[in-house]
Formats: sequence, C-alpha cells, structure tokens
Amino acid sequence: MATDPTVSAANKQNRLNQTADQIVDPLVPAPYDNDKAVQPPRSGLRNAVATTTTYLVLTALSVIVLFPIYMLLLRALSSPLKYISAGQPLYPVSIEWDVFNRAFGQASLGRSMGLSFVVTFVIVIAQVLTSVLAAYAFAFLEFPLKKLAFVLVIGTLLLPIEVTLIANVEIIRKLHLLNSVPGLTFPFLVTAIGIFLIRQGFLGIPRDLRDASELDGYGHLRFLFKVAMPMSKAIIGSFIVIAFLGAWNQYVWPRFATDRGAWQTVQVALRTIGSENPGELNLGFAAAIVASLPLLALLIFFQRQIVRGLTAGAVKG
Amino acid sequence: MNTSPLNRTEQAQGESPQVTTVSPPAKAQTRRFGNKVRDAGLAYLFLLPALIVFGVFAYYPLYRLFWYATHTQSRFRNKPASYVGLEQLKASLTSNDFISGLTHSGLYMLYTVPLGLLLGVMLAVSTHRRLKGIKIFQTIFSSTVASSVAVASVVFITLVNPEIGYFKNVPWLSLRNPTSALFAVSLSSVWQNLGLTFIVVLAALQTVPDELIEAATLDGYGAIRRFWRITVPLISPALLFLGIVLVVSALQAFAQIEILTGGGPSGATETLLFKIADPRGIRPLGVRASYSLGLFVLTAIVAGAQYSIMSKRVHYGD
Repeated sequence: MATDPTVSAANKQNRLNQTADQIVDPLVPAPYDNDKAVQPPRSGLRNAVATTTTYLVLTALSVIVLFPIYMLLLRALSSPLKYISAGQPLYPVSIEWDVFNRAFGQASLGRSMGLSFVVTFVIVIAQVLTSVLAAYAFAFLEFPLKKLAFVLVIGTLLLPIEVTLIANVEIIRKLHLLNSVPGLTFPFLVTAIGIFLIRQGFLGIPRDLRDASELDGYGHLRFLFKVAMPMSKAIIGSFIVIAFLGAWNQYVWPRFATDRGAWQTVQVALRTIGSENPGELNLGFAAAIVASLPLLALLIFFQRQIVRGLTAGAVKG
Repeated sequence: MNTSPLNRTEQAQGESPQVTTVSPPAKAQTRRFGNKVRDAGLAYLFLLPALIVFGVFAYYPLYRLFWYATHTQSRFRNKPASYVGLEQLKASLTSNDFISGLTHSGLYMLYTVPLGLLLGVMLAVSTHRRLKGIKIFQTIFSSTVASSVAVASVVFITLVNPEIGYFKNVPWLSLRNPTSALFAVSLSSVWQNLGLTFIVVLAALQTVPDELIEAATLDGYGAIRRFWRITVPLISPALLFLGIVLVVSALQAFAQIEILTGGGPSGATETLLFKIADPRGIRPLGVRASYSLGLFVLTAIVAGAQYSIMSKRVHYGD
C-alpha cells in the first residue's frame, strides 16, 4: 500500500531501531562526519567509474572555488606593470617577494591591522559579557516588564547598522567620537543574536540543577559563573567565534565612522591600499591576503565552533 | 557531603520528592533565588548595558531618521533645519532615484540568492559521501568563510576590473556595461558566501537518516527522485535559513559596490544602501534618511520572517 518511502522507511527501520548514534547533539549535528555519509551499494567496474567521475567533478568544483584565490596570490606576487605587459598570463611574472614588507611599510598595513585587532577584541569581549548578563536575566530572573524588555532586545534585529547608519554617524559626530576606538565600537557592544543564543543555552539547563545549587546556598552570581556558564561552554564558544568573524569583517560602520586614513580598519584600508600608483597595485592584493590570515587561523583551529556558530540558526535554534 | 551542585543533581533527580519536602516554604524569605525585589534589581542591573547601547545606537537613531526625514537640512550646518512634514518622505520614496536603488537591490538578490543556494547544495551534496580525501575537498569548499566582503571584492578586482581583470574582455562580466556590471559584482558575493552555504547545507545533509535513503532505494527510487522527494524536504529548514541570510546580505550590499564599481557605470550598480551611505555626498540628509526608513521596512519584513522561523524551531527543539 504505502509507496511513499518516507512512510515505509519509518515503519521498517526507524521506529523500533532507534540507536544511540541517531540521537544527535540537539544544537547541531556533528560536522564532517563522513561515516554518516551515504554510500549506495555498488560493485566492480561501475564502482570504479562512479568514483572516478566523482573525483573529476570534485576537482572541477575545487578549481572554480580556488581560482579567485589563486589569482589573488598571483597578482600579489607579480610585479604589476611587468605582469600586464606580459599579457596577464596564468603564472607569476617577475616575483616580488618583498611585497608584504612593503605593504606593512609604505601602506601602513600594520597600523590598520592593529586597529582591527583592538576594535575586534573590544567588541567580542563586550558582546560576550553583555550577552551573558542579559541572557541570565531573561533565563533565570523574574522582573516587571520582562516581556517588553525582551521585545526591545529582539526588536533591534530590525535595526541593523545599515538601517541606522546615517543617524548613528551624526550621533558619533556629536559625541566627538569620529576617528576613535570608542566611536568604532560603541554601537556593537551589545548584540541581540548573542543574548538570544546564550539565553537558549541557559534555558537548556535542567531545573534540578538550579534547585540543587540553591540547596547548596549558591547565589545568582555563583550559579552563573560556576554552573550556568560552564554548562553553556559550547554555545558561548561558538558565539565568540562568530562574533570575532563579524567584528573583524565589518566594513560599512568603520568606513563612515572615520574620515581619516590613520583610523581605517584593515577592511576599509583595503579599498585604497596600492590604488594610487599602478606600479604598486600588488600592495593592495598582498594586503587582502594579510587581512584574511586571522580568519584563516580561526578556520583551522576552531572549525567545529565556526560550523556550530554558523549553523546555530539553521539546524534547531 | 558533596558540595558541587553538578554532582548533586543525580541525587536530586533520584529523590526529587524528598528534596521538595526538605526545603520548607517558611524559608522563602531568606532564599537566595526567588527573592522578588532583589531578583528584579539584579535583572535590571544585568540588562543595563544592553538597554543603554540599544537605546542610544538603535532606537534613538530610528527616531532621528524620522526627524531627518521630516526636516530639510540647509547645506550649511549652522543654519537650522525646517520642518516639512511627510512631504520629503513621500517625495523621496517615490523618486526615480529610490526606485532605481530598489531595483538594483532586488536584482542583486535575484543574482545572488538562487545561484548561491544552488552552488552551495551542489558542493555539499558532492562531498557528502565516504571517499578517500573527501576532507580536503570539504576544506577547500568551506575556505571562502575566511574572506570578508572587502577581501572578496579585492579578489574580484583581479577577475573583473575593466583594466587589469583576467576576464576584462568577457562581455557578460564587463563592469563597463550598465547591463552586466551589477551581475559581475554579484558574483563576488556568490563566491564569498559559498563557504557559509556549503557548511550549513553539509551539516543539514548529515541529519538525513541513512535508513530513509536506503528504504527509498529499495522502493525503487532513483538518485534524482531520492534527492527531490527526501533530501530536499528534510534540509528545507536549512535552505530557508540560508535564503534569509543571503537576502539580508544582498539587501546590505555596499563594500563590493564601492570597491568594484563605485556605483557606476552611470549609477547602474547603485543599490539602496549605496544611495543611503552616499559616499560622494550627493543627496541631502533628509532624502537619505527617508531611504533609510524604506530600507527599515524591507529589513522588518525579512527579519519578521527570520524571527518566526527561529521561534518555531525553538518550539520543536524543546
């Protein structure tokens, strides 16, 4: 009768055979778990052909994804004028290894990288602190106008910096904070996403644990630091990584909250580095490589947190 | 006795009826939790930073946008602004300039969202299998997560810049041609978002139970039918989430336009946000504030969809 495979499968296997490894992390499924990948039964020659085809497709897709990065490296290392007069080939022309040194020296890439680090650290630390505190209030405390406060927090999702940009620039101007670290960071010290994510983590803490903490004479602060935060380590870790990503990559706000070159974060500086002199175009390309190194490191060392953070909204909130 | 509440839970779970009798209601006033006045005070203390920052940099600016939109500013900053009611707002939101910004933003969405989703699904499906060296391909496909909008734009200078780009002579990628410029710029966003789309779709694919796919195969479903009838419905929440993320990032496209075209040729790549930010300072503050309110309405529509999806999922989860 039932020809719908969804139904028949549920009947045949799923319902009775619920094994432990089917119950996945409620937040996010384990990324890159190749054992769970589908492998249709195949054999012999057909298998070999299929495998070869798969590798060919994967290689072609990799070339498409990597070609822009290859071109960036190529243009950064090649001498700009000689590369153009050589007819823009696919290989480097008269390599200038000192391009990175020159980007730091001539284009003051060091200063804008340093500023980006300062701004990013201030934003990430502040966002974690303010999000944890606000999330605690929403998850564990009862207070008048709680619903209204929550609506006001969630409501800021409608007011990203892009919408309020011009008014915020005027506010920062009136506070005499243009071209300053406070000016670059103030609008981002709090984020609704962080409050929302960490609150979800806190709400997952079992009621019994709170009762037990209470019996042991824990106050709110001790419960927050000794129980609630350690138990939400995974969510807070993921939030830190995506907060770093967001803060480091910002463009629109630092672009308009500054009007002096010395106060450009690295993302904003990328627009102008090397663009004045055709002979120095490669400085800009080298700067773009340097600007992505911190995120590349993040991607290598915190892959799991990045995946969790990026998918937090997609696979069960 | 154990002092850590983490260990204590097991006991509490096992003997919960006893625990409830042990804590007498008479002690309520000395309890550390549930003291109403103190809890409320603490809650507001904890919320204070959030409320101040949101007040000053989100809600007050929204009020200021209304104020700017209903006043015309003199070119000279020292001269006072004059109140014009809704006249300026109405005129701005019906102007050709605004409509063209809206059109460009809409086109940008059209270019980036379906193509971005399609490529992300393709990459994820092709690496969602047990194969030697598959991790290398997964790392390659997620690599563009490390690029910002500005970095992606500089990368695309090497490809589509009219003077030095590798593809400068390809007509449908030309930044000099008003009909192709926006599409060429949009490819930088598609490329930059590939890593994110790939990671999210791959994670979603891993939630699809093998048993379902096997059962469908036994029932005679081919690969294509399996994909459309089983995989796509099961990963649709992830696709919906990505769709919204991509729509929002298209709505907020700015850096790629400023870096790659500067809004040109002849305004053909000026999106809504580009006209609002107005890097060359052509438009009066009141007009830009009116445009911002237009962007606010669009953002509200998208964010409303996002919130309803998010909160739905929370109910499922618990």
